[in-house]
Amino acid sequence: MTGEVAVLGAGMHPWGKWGRSFVEYGAAAARAALADAGLEWRDVGSIVGAGTVRGGYPGYVAGATFAKALGWQGARVASVYAACASGAQAVDAARAQILSGLADVVLVVGADAAPKGFFRPAGGDRPDDPDWLRFRVLGATNPTYFGLYARRRMAVHGDTVEDFAQVKVKNSTMGALNPYARYRKRVTAEEVAASAVVAEPLRLLDICATSDGGAALVLSSMEFARRRGVDRPVRIRAVSTVTPQYPNTVLDLPDIATDSAVAVQPHPDTFRASIAKAAYEEADLGPEDLSLAEVYDLSTALELQWYEDLGLCAEGEGAKLLREGATSPGGRIPVNASGGLASFGEAVPAQAIAQVCELTWQLRQQAGDRQVAGARAGITANQGLFGHGSAVVAVR
Amino acid sequence: MSRTHTPVVEGWFAGQGDDFRLLGTRCAACASVFFPREDGHCRNPRCPGGDLEEIPLSRRARIWSYTDSRYRPPSPYVTNPELPWEPYTLIAAELEAERIVVLGQAAPGISVADLAVGMEVEVVPGALHEDTETVWTTWHWRPTGVEA
Ligand SMILES: [Zn+2]
Repeated sequence: MTGEVAVLGAGMHPWGKWGRSFVEYGAAAARAALADAGLEWRDVGSIVGAGTVRGGYPGYVAGATFAKALGWQGARVASVYAACASGAQAVDAARAQILSGLADVVLVVGADAAPKGFFRPAGGDRPDDPDWLRFRVLGATNPTYFGLYARRRMAVHGDTVEDFAQVKVKNSTMGALNPYARYRKRVTAEEVAASAVVAEPLRLLDICATSDGGAALVLSSMEFARRRGVDRPVRIRAVSTVTPQYPNTVLDLPDIATDSAVAVQPHPDTFRASIAKAAYEEADLGPEDLSLAEVYDLSTALELQWYEDLGLCAEGEGAKLLREGATSPGGRIPVNASGGLASFGEAVPAQAIAQVCELTWQLRQQAGDRQVAGARAGITANQGLFGHGSAVVAVR
Repeated sequence: MSRTHTPVVEGWFAGQGDDFRLLGTRCAACASVFFPREDGHCRNPRCPGGDLEEIPLSRRARIWSYTDSRYRPPSPYVTNPELPWEPYTLIAAELEAERIVVLGQAAPGISVADLAVGMEVEVVPGALHEDTETVWTTWHWRPTGVEA
């Protein structure tokens, strides 16, 4: 088993459409996380920034940008970019520094200022780039992929659009209780059904928006936490950053086709399932040990897929799990107690860090009205463009 | 005036009418098939790597899933902003022999209401968009038995 690192602090800037620089959101989240940890920025030996591609430069400058905003103090810096998985990559980089003894305390920051409308590829003519090609050749926006998955689930597992709407109803109920969420109004199934179709069978309220936001964590060695008198810190027990196994047979953003399975039998686990499996193995626990899960509900239907990929239920039984109320507040395994992307909208490099902030507050019993009673262990899961796995297991 | 017909991507499809096919490549060592074509090196990690030969893919496939695009996609998708947006249908089709799922636009006039998962489709030539000099050609999926 890999060693653990302590979560000393968690902080966020509220999600929204604030129209300011991503630097401001990241710095505000960082200050909040430092205050939560009871540490001064000058005591931090290392900063890892999860990058945005929409801050003027591609993400590789993010770490130092946040360090400058907080005031240059000479800390070691790393910057990572892995689309939606950037936050988990940042946590993983920080953890590696701590476990190897390179740093005692690391500040992890991610923030974004999102544009309006569909995500689109970077400019220029780039016929070698699959992300450019899917827009050029097919006009295949992210929601069309979500539509394909949703329709597939309806055909294979018997999910209904009413099931999908119930995911939104559930998540909006939790998001209404979260001061950091962008959408804080409860949504009814009728409102989902009345919203415009974006990519059949999915409607506007089935699909997550893009948002501004910032999230940060202060991580440290267990020894450092003890010296600070923190007896029972939240501990990060696993970070899964696996890639797919060839052949990857689930059509995935941004690809136009799957790998062919004609020469090699596909691995029994899909890519998403393998992300969770690697996290469970590293954490030496299983889905039955979890108190809650934060998953990437880019669409309502995708949340149901995650239930199965995380092993919360058998394949095809995601909608049944939802209907039983198991993933609702008070259920066996509440999912997206934060309100999820349905309530936040996606702030790409901040989102996976925000998921860990929610686990931290839940495991400390500090989640207020959305507290999962007696939370002891949680998992976050998402998937970054081009095959970046992303999952974090935290325990207390 | 006749306009030039130019594939939106070179080397991904060829042929006219019933001979129209998607083009992929196949590894001579392990028989893995690639679409979009892989011309550099076989991506099967257990394969030492063989010559990659161009092959036509099966003409017929079965619908893995489908959806549509109710809103105008952003650039580099080419549309005329002067005209009202006309949604089009997208089909992900599974080719049995190659065991691969390939995404494509549905032939014009095919809506999601015409489709079902598992339905047989065939690949047909299509036009992506046109300008004064050029018709940019592409592939479309069309349910079998439907005439153009
Ligand atoms: Zn090969």
